[in-house]
This record gives sequence, C-alpha cells and structure tokens, in this order.
Amino acid sequence: MRGLRQGCTRREQAVRLAGQIAAMLAIAIPDMNGFDGRNGAQAASKGGATGMAAATAQGQAIIEMAGVNKWFGDFQVLKNINLTVRLGEKVVVCGPSGSGKSTMIRCINRLESHEEGRIVVDGIELNEDMTNVTAVRREVGMVFQQFNLFPHLTALQNLTLAPMRARKMARKEAEELAMHYLTRVRIPEQANKYPGQLSGGQQQRVAIARSLCMRPRIMLFDEPTSALDPEMIKEVLDVMIELAREGMTMLVVTHEMGFARTVADSMVFMDHGEIVEQAPPQDFFASPKSDRAKLFLSQILSH
Amino acid sequence: MRQSCCLATLVAATLLLSACGQSSYTWGWYVVWPTTEQGQRNLRFLVSGLWNTIAISGTAIAFSMAAGLVVGMCGIARHKVARGFNRLYVEFVRAIPILVLVLWIYYGLPVLFESAGLNINFDVFTAGVVALALSDSAFQAEIFRAGIQSIDRGQHEASDSLGLNYLDKMRYVILPQAIRRILPPLGNQFVYMLKMSSLVSVIGMTELTRRANELVVAEYRPLEIYSVLVLEYLALILVVSWLVRRLERRLGANQLAGR
Repeated sequence: MRGLRQGCTRREQAVRLAGQIAAMLAIAIPDMNGFDGRNGAQAASKGGATGMAAATAQGQAIIEMAGVNKWFGDFQVLKNINLTVRLGEKVVVCGPSGSGKSTMIRCINRLESHEEGRIVVDGIELNEDMTNVTAVRREVGMVFQQFNLFPHLTALQNLTLAPMRARKMARKEAEELAMHYLTRVRIPEQANKYPGQLSGGQQQRVAIARSLCMRPRIMLFDEPTSALDPEMIKEVLDVMIELAREGMTMLVVTHEMGFARTVADSMVFMDHGEIVEQAPPQDFFASPKSDRAKLFLSQILSH
Repeated sequence: MRQSCCLATLVAATLLLSACGQSSYTWGWYVVWPTTEQGQRNLRFLVSGLWNTIAISGTAIAFSMAAGLVVGMCGIARHKVARGFNRLYVEFVRAIPILVLVLWIYYGLPVLFESAGLNINFDVFTAGVVALALSDSAFQAEIFRAGIQSIDRGQHEASDSLGLNYLDKMRYVILPQAIRRILPPLGNQFVYMLKMSSLVSVIGMTELTRRANELVVAEYRPLEIYSVLVLEYLALILVVSWLVRRLERRLGANQLAGR
C-alpha cells in the first residue's frame, strides 16, 4: 500500500513537472501544435486512407502480438509473446540482458521478422508483404541506443530527409516541421551542426525529433539512455516524459526504473524470451509475483 | 602539390643526368627539344594524343563506375540470384586480361554479330571504352560492395524505421557515406584506368601511346620519345591524384566534423 501511494505521488509530481514544461513551451511558441501535432480531422482522413486504421480510437488496441515465436538459428529468442498495447498507452519493458526485450520491440516495425504468430500494428498485419511493412514503419517511430543519426547530414537534414522522401513534403514545409520539433527537444540552435559536433544527449534528442517528424502514432524506444553519460540521461528522459504527457503511444525498453514508475501505464517483465509478468508499475514494483522478477528488481534496485 | 612537383623534377633530373653519364649511347634529345622547330613539331604530335587518352579513360571510368555500382549492389542484395550474378560477373570479368578483352571485343565481337545476322561494327573508340569499362567494372563492383558493407547496420535500421524505401536509403544515407570511405581506392582506379588506356593503342586508337609509337617509327629515337611519353602519363596522373585528394579533403571536412 505504501509503495502504491509512493508511486502515485511520484507520478503526480512528474505530471506537474511535464505540465509546467509544456506551459513554458506553449508560451515560447504559441502557434505550434502539440507534440502529436495531429488533429482529429487529420487522423480521420489518414485513417480513411489506410482503411482499418479509422476504427482505432483512444483506448483501443493499436499493437497486437499474438503467439509470436522467433529463433536465431537453434536459439529461441521469443517464446509465445502475447502483448496488446492500446492507443495512448505507455508500456515499459524491462528484464535482464539477453531476455529478448529489444528483439520484441524490433519486431513491431519489422527490423526483425518473426517466424510464428501474428503482429498487427494499427490494423496492418506485419508479414512478408513489403507494402505493409513500409506502411507500418511510417506510423512507428524508433529511437535507438546508439542514436544512429546520419553523420554526413546536419541535424536539420537528418530531420527533413524522411518527410521529404517518404512523405513527399516540400523542403520549406519539412524544414518548418523540423525546426518545430528541434524547438520541442530544446536544441533549435544546433540545427546546422553535424551529429559529431553534438553531445550524446543532444544527439539522442535529435534522434527523437527525427522520428517525430514523420508524425508517428507509436514510438519505440530501444534503451534510449543506455549509451549516455549519466549527466545527459535526464535531458533525454525529460523529453520522453513530455512526449508521454502529450498522449503518444510508447513502448520503452529501459533500465531507468524511476522513469518507468513515472510514465508507465504497464510494466512488462521479460526473461529468457518470454513475458513473465505484466502489471501496472505500482503493483510490479511493490509486489512482483514471479521469483524471477523479484530477483531482477532486487538486483537493479539494491543500491 | 609541392611534393608532386618535387617528384616530377626528380624524375626529369634523373633522365637528364643519365644523359651526361659515361654510357656509350649518344642521346638525341633534339627530336623532342622544345626550342627547335623539329622538336616543337614532334612534341605537338606527341601531345595530340592527349585528348583521346582523356576522353577514352574518362568515358570508360564513368561507365565502369555505374556498372560497378549496380553489380556491387547486387552483391549485397537479399536475392540469391543477384548475389550469384555478382560473383559470376566479378570472377569472370576480372580473370580476363585487359589486352585480351580489347582484342576480343574489337576483332572478335563483330564476327559474332555477323554470324548472328547483325550488322554492328564498333569504331575504335567504342570498342576501347567497352573493353576498359567492362574490365574495370569488376574491380569497381568489389570496391563499392566493400564500401557499402562497411557502413554500420544502425544506419540501415534508422533509414528503414523512418520509412525510407531502398533506393532513397541507398542514395541519401548509405552511398554518400560509403563513397567518402572508398575515395582512395576509387582514386586508384582512376589512375589505373588512365594507364590501361594505353592498351587501346593496339587497335589503332590515336591516344598518347599510339602517337609515341608512330613517332618512334618515323624518328627512330625510342628512348627519348618514350621518355617523353612517361612524363606525359606522370603529369596526367599527378593532376588526377591531386584532384582526388582535393575531393577527399572537401568531402572529408564534413566527415571530420562528424567524428
């Protein structure tokens, strides 16, 4: 009970903090839309274009994984994964290294293919059909542990490339959009620098902005702070908390348990390629059911 | 550039010094001496092949890079057939000596066309370009394949996850980075191509080497004339490697900032 109350207070604090930041930003740039940047009409018209997606409303399943199995050679990395993520839901995935967390979320935009089971994202099933895969990828943003920015392009060019090529947006429009998101991640002044001239935290924020420029409905984060120096972790997490507050559907693989408590609607604990436990963060941290989760938590929260 | 000048001077000096040595050979530099009328005429004649050398190797390198890029990309394709094609092409084409390829295409291929009822005749230039480009493309393919494969997997994943299609990914993300890395070996191929274009002289292309051969027959001064030919190639290649270095520096400026 105590754990639960604690979780709530932290969460409220974070929400207040994010609210303050959002208010600050709103003053700074009054004419800009929210992080999501997508109003109802846009969503509906886009939904109409992709057919089944029109039915997806708040609270309905936007990612469905059912009976997913995957092997690397003889080694089974994913075992009977069943996971449903609803629109606007924030899911934090944790577990020991090698437990298949990254592989699982990489299946959602088919950076990895699955051998068995079904994965449906925004009404589109992921299979061998590359048209489906491309359609899903345009709706799903991904942030990597190693940032993976394009080193030969400036921050601004990193952001405008995909909107201009994959969405056929005009350069001027794409640059406005890019500057909007660079402002949102608080580094508009770095627009013309190359990734190598930026700090790790700045690079990761550019990478987040780059994904957001495609106006995704879902954001996947694959250990976004694991390659960062400790003093840069907060600036990236702050941006992610804001994004969560804006209502983005998020799947986050992370070891940042403070962030998980603050943001997650649901904790997923994985070990040896299977989902061992899924619970709201209050319950998961206060009273993990499985021994494996207890062991894991004791190991990462012991100091 | 200064180093290149030094080198050129050194080579010229060596040649001149050997002329003053103890050997019994009587030098006849008059055939190519720049102050006499005969020497000027002969030098003009020798240099008149320059344009053809540049034209044939320039055209050939353009085609071989294009072909090399396509064949190289086949080598990293997902389809087995494309990868098989890449292996076959590279192994087969690079096993043929360039001189043999030049002869085969100029003298052999028209016979083949004729027997197939086609009336296609290559002129010397076309045959030369085809032969040089074909043989160089196998090497280019390997260079491009290596360059593309050296790019971090994360760059592919980032491009894929942003919804870029294969061609856009290659054109805007992978190749710009790969080409920066393979500039030194590409520069090698440019130099190699300039030198190999001398082989086309055997089918009568009036480029630098052919001109030198013709002059030797007329003047009977092979040592002096071929020495000038050496200097001609040296000058040409120094210019090319200077250009490649400049390009490397210019493209490298961003890359360096990207470290």
